[in-house]
Amino acid sequence: MKSNPLEFRRKEGLKPSFRIFSYSGKRPKKGKSGKNNFPFLARSPQGFAAGLGTSNHFFRLEGVCGFMNLFLTQTINGLGLGSIYALVALGYSMVYGIVKLINFAHGDIIMVGSYMVMFIMTVMGMPLILAVIGSILFCALAGVLIQRVAYHRLLTHDAPRISLLITALGVSIFLQNLFQLLFGSEVRSMPTLFDLPAIQLGELHITSANILNIVVSVVMMIGLQTLVARTRIGKAMRATSEDAGAAKLMGINTNHTVAFTFAVGSGLAAVGAALYCNTYPQIKPTMGNLLGLKAFVAAVLGGIGSIPGAMLGGYILGVAESWTKNFYSNLTDAIVFGILIVMLLVKPSGLLGKNVKEKV
Amino acid sequence: MKKRILASFLAAVMAAAMAGCGGSPAPASSGAPAASDGNSAAPAQENNAAPSGDTIKIGGLAPLTGDVSQYGIAVNNAITMAIEKANANGGVLGQQIEYIVEDEKGDPNEAVNAYNKLVNNDNVVAIVGDVTTKPTQAVAQKSVDDNVPLITASATGEEVTLAGENVYRVCFIDPYQGKLMANYASKKLSAKSAAILYDNGDPYSTGIADAFEASAKELGIEIAAKEGYQTGSTDFNSQLTKVKAANPDVLLLPVYYNDVVLIADQARANGIECALLGADGWDGVLGKIDPSKTDVLKNSYFCSQYSAESDDPDLQAFLSEYREKFGNDANMFSVLGYDATNILIDSIQRAGSTDSQAIIDAMKATNYKGLTGTTTFDENRNPVRSAVILTIEGGAYKFVENFEI
Repeated sequence: MKSNPLEFRRKEGLKPSFRIFSYSGKRPKKGKSGKNNFPFLARSPQGFAAGLGTSNHFFRLEGVCGFMNLFLTQTINGLGLGSIYALVALGYSMVYGIVKLINFAHGDIIMVGSYMVMFIMTVMGMPLILAVIGSILFCALAGVLIQRVAYHRLLTHDAPRISLLITALGVSIFLQNLFQLLFGSEVRSMPTLFDLPAIQLGELHITSANILNIVVSVVMMIGLQTLVARTRIGKAMRATSEDAGAAKLMGINTNHTVAFTFAVGSGLAAVGAALYCNTYPQIKPTMGNLLGLKAFVAAVLGGIGSIPGAMLGGYILGVAESWTKNFYSNLTDAIVFGILIVMLLVKPSGLLGKNVKEKV
Repeated sequence: MKKRILASFLAAVMAAAMAGCGGSPAPASSGAPAASDGNSAAPAQENNAAPSGDTIKIGGLAPLTGDVSQYGIAVNNAITMAIEKANANGGVLGQQIEYIVEDEKGDPNEAVNAYNKLVNNDNVVAIVGDVTTKPTQAVAQKSVDDNVPLITASATGEEVTLAGENVYRVCFIDPYQGKLMANYASKKLSAKSAAILYDNGDPYSTGIADAFEASAKELGIEIAAKEGYQTGSTDFNSQLTKVKAANPDVLLLPVYYNDVVLIADQARANGIECALLGADGWDGVLGKIDPSKTDVLKNSYFCSQYSAESDDPDLQAFLSEYREKFGNDANMFSVLGYDATNILIDSIQRAGSTDSQAIIDAMKATNYKGLTGTTTFDENRNPVRSAVILTIEGGAYKFVENFEI
């Protein structure tokens, strides 16, 4: 009984990704993958310093301190950047997990969220907290609307995957043009959002934006995981992901579940948007392109459909980017997309996406 | 059907082009007594123009339509203003000046055609133009063969004036600004170490960065960090972390204003308190930053070719007259266009004749005080003059001083 949909999927040549929501029970071994993913973290700093070092003992000691400091700061910078990728990647992953749709319009939702924060704060003159909540609600609504208008019919009529993909690209272009029409194609400046002091730990200087990004993204991931694993609607999501037909037979309103997934994914993108605007106070209608693409890479890297995977993918990507910039900034995007290619060659299912080898 | 659409489209294009050509010279020549009806009258007069001396013709090349038309229009407006003023003061060599402008639409081929028309049909004695680098380069090559004096207001490409002895420009080239800011850092800010963060996909940025680095080394400033980024980046934390570790006295940001806002904000968040330096790409930065954030631009200095905040009465008179005449504010292009025209007129006056070589020789010896300061030319016919140093205080630009290497 259980193996039937699986086999069907395999025949279609699709990755069986319903597993991915099953981390509440059997989760892939996190420790193992974590260790493998950060080989450079495990290496001793002295090893690095010796590589760079001079023959003078005193300078080498000082070099180690400076290097450790640089190493930590760059890693934190990377985690801060990766947090935003991760929050966007969550949306890609959730939607893919439920309806097998790569929603390329998701990157533009972060643009919509950013413009909403800007609009509510500077045009309507509301305080920050209302701007953030308003932006989240607006994006959640926009996500549901996009699903209803653009994808619903295709999904219920079992349209070919390529039609969905092209529709998603169309939605993305539509959103970009709509916002160019509404707000102009010019870059817009954001006001100060969260005015928090930076943290100084000895030599280590951590910007408030980085701390905020990391904390918020972790909280969001834990919240989302709890939602999916422990609540009724989460159970419905998992069931719909596993087998939409069977879920329907069991009395689950799959339409509502899919809409809810879009709402949550888009709401998370709006949280990402608020963090983005706080970190990089400049927005434009095409800002979602590269950001969305990198978040998509993060989702694939972590194993698309997996929530912790999306987070892990985002962090790895951010840290890799940060470190590349430290050494040779010209290669930044090459490294980011290079990671994707290597990952697809080595482990196409992603780090935490399980490669299911079911026996029929 | 298709043909008819095509034909009507072509007709429309031609009509538009002719309107562009015919319309523009009209205000220019309004000051001249004889040639009030523009192009059509020109060939008839020019047969016996040289001895009888009714007008001296100056040609203009500018993109008045197309993608870069905003620059062309700004320059052209200023040129017409300068020529009207000169005519009102009795013209040059006792004759009135006739200005004939050709729209080249920002296209090098069009520019060469327009140049041929100006030189072969209209027999202009000199040309003010072109506006952007590529068409200017194309025209400069041609002008060397004809030995026609050419002065561009705004083509910054270094190679433009290297075409030949007859090609001059009044705007600073990019490397010059780098050299200038290195000198400013050393002499005025007493900097001993400097860091550079530049866009490595933009020749403007790399040009200034490299020139700054070279001059800084000569002046004994240590380059503590030189970091690049990819065009379109928004995250600069990694590069700025390295800059902070290097602890420089100044940080040079030779980039355009949008990137300046992002970098300055992240630099201050990362605890970099040193002075920020910039070039004319910073012009307009305050329009691109939210008022709540202008504090991040405190303690920054950038050079510009002119300052609207300057108290120079000539400049202020020009700015208000321009606004009155054209209904919008003059910008850097108009100020440079005005100076370029006046330098040319001054050279013709000093040359004492309309002979090409005489004008070129006179231009070489230029020492002209205009809106942008006193201009002389170096051996590559690039301008040597003081730049305006600006800073930002309390959310407004503040004029610091005129600085010369």
